[in-house]
Amino acid sequence: MSQGGGKYGMASRWDSARVAGNIYLAVAVLIALLPLLLVAINTFKPHVAIVANPLSLPTSINFANFTRAWRGGHFSTGIVNSLLLSGSTVLITLACASLAAYALARRQIRGWQAMTIYFLCATTVPIQLFLFPLYFVLAKLGLIGNFLATATILSAINLPISIFLLRAYVLGIPREIDDAAFMDGATPWQTFRHVILPLMQPGLITVAIIVFLNSWNEFLITTTFQKGRGNLTMTLGYLSMNGIYATDQGAMMAGAFILVAPIIIFVLILQRFFIAGMSAGAVKG
Amino acid sequence: MARFRSVAFSHALFVAPALVVSVAIVLLPALLTLLVAFADWDGASTPTFVGLKNFQAVFSDPVFWGALFNNVQWMVIFLTIPMAIAMVAASILMRRKRSSAVFQIIFLLPYVLSPVANAVIWQNIIFDPISGLLGFVSRSWFPLFNPLTDTRTALYAVAGVDIWHFWGYLAVVFFAAMRQTPEDQLEAAFIEGASGWQVFWNVTLPNILPTVALMLVLVTIFSFLTFDYVYLITQGGPARSTEMLSTFAYAFAFTSFQVGKAATVALAMSFFGLIASLVYVRMSRSEIQL
Repeated sequence: MSQGGGKYGMASRWDSARVAGNIYLAVAVLIALLPLLLVAINTFKPHVAIVANPLSLPTSINFANFTRAWRGGHFSTGIVNSLLLSGSTVLITLACASLAAYALARRQIRGWQAMTIYFLCATTVPIQLFLFPLYFVLAKLGLIGNFLATATILSAINLPISIFLLRAYVLGIPREIDDAAFMDGATPWQTFRHVILPLMQPGLITVAIIVFLNSWNEFLITTTFQKGRGNLTMTLGYLSMNGIYATDQGAMMAGAFILVAPIIIFVLILQRFFIAGMSAGAVKG
Repeated sequence: MARFRSVAFSHALFVAPALVVSVAIVLLPALLTLLVAFADWDGASTPTFVGLKNFQAVFSDPVFWGALFNNVQWMVIFLTIPMAIAMVAASILMRRKRSSAVFQIIFLLPYVLSPVANAVIWQNIIFDPISGLLGFVSRSWFPLFNPLTDTRTALYAVAGVDIWHFWGYLAVVFFAAMRQTPEDQLEAAFIEGASGWQVFWNVTLPNILPTVALMLVLVTIFSFLTFDYVYLITQGGPARSTEMLSTFAYAFAFTSFQVGKAATVALAMSFFGLIASLVYVRMSRSEIQL
């Protein structure tokens, strides 16, 4: 009896732990999703129905909210600017970071150590430490609202972490491969382009996804440098609706839906890159 | 021999674009910030050297100390609450390996959405007294007040939104670290009849300690730089109760065009982050095999 009781007590202790765990996860899921579910159900409702009860399900599917949100949030302009800005940020970052990662990992240049430490320090440098002079210098040069200038700034911010991610890939490629290419008469550029770059591909994809998302979502640099109606990104265009559309929450929710839904789909499709990319570099030991 | 030297030369060319971009965008303007902190500058005309005048003005401004205190509160909140929520969630996921992928994606969703979308959604559909959930609950069930309008609660309300957005990232990182706990250590602990808590305290936690330490350092750095959610939700109000060093500096630069003072505040916030940054660099140095 006592033996059985001990065993039984053990099992029930684990069961109650399991139930507590399930409750914890359920609450966590509910809190994580609640604001997004509210957007989803209120996207199709008119303003009066939202004010009456934000928790009620829509009684009809109405797309009028979307047309008003699309116009009010300047999304036609925003989507073009966001794609140009994030696309160029990814290209600039990938080009600079892959080359630098290769050179720094191979340690052929004098000062590689100092440069590596420099990029390490740049990983956590506060944006505000360089933001103000940079803004007024670019303003003098007439580059405010120039998406290539803004993309270069976003690249500079994303470069250090990208370099370290890609550098880890290069360190995993045996040096003998470089030597073999060298013996075959390949120039350093040919070695990089035809040997190293293809082997770095998984890293390049991870970096591209993370940098794209970072620059798509970025706020401080974007709001400072993409001033002017014609230069708004999708997020800035939506932000310009806030307050003005306080009495048209249907449009506000539709705007949020337009902004959020593509990102969620993007993340769901690429989830295996995401979870890996998010924790890359963060897990130590 | 000449070809060997040309390899070094080519590699120097390879690193040049990244270095030029970073030096032009980050390093030189950062040095300019250092200079401008000692000058009167409206951003357009020629700056004039004023010595320590900006520092005296900023340090004798109670708003600066209020903002610094808010940053410190922010740090204390973020070093504890999201850490604890994420640690518990990650530990629970360890016993649910099959469903963990789904939970991780759900917890990450708020983190991958833009601060603009998150902030505007919370303002309009949660906090708003007319269209938000809080207003609806007040009207239908029991009275609630809008925490954003009260100087005593606004900071915690904004922090709540930021925690909602951030904790999932920590959970994914902690879970990834916990999964690297050697399986035999876990098994040995279970065979010896250790409770779930004992396993966590004696096996899992020591194994993930380097990751936890790194996250503590990063959270400390970013607590002194936090900008997005505060600027988007309260702009530092009501009555400057949510003013942060970052929003304070931003207003100096772009509202009153006192770039010298903005630079001074920027230096102060970088200083606090810098201490944590030094720890970060020390921690990562061995990692990157210098």
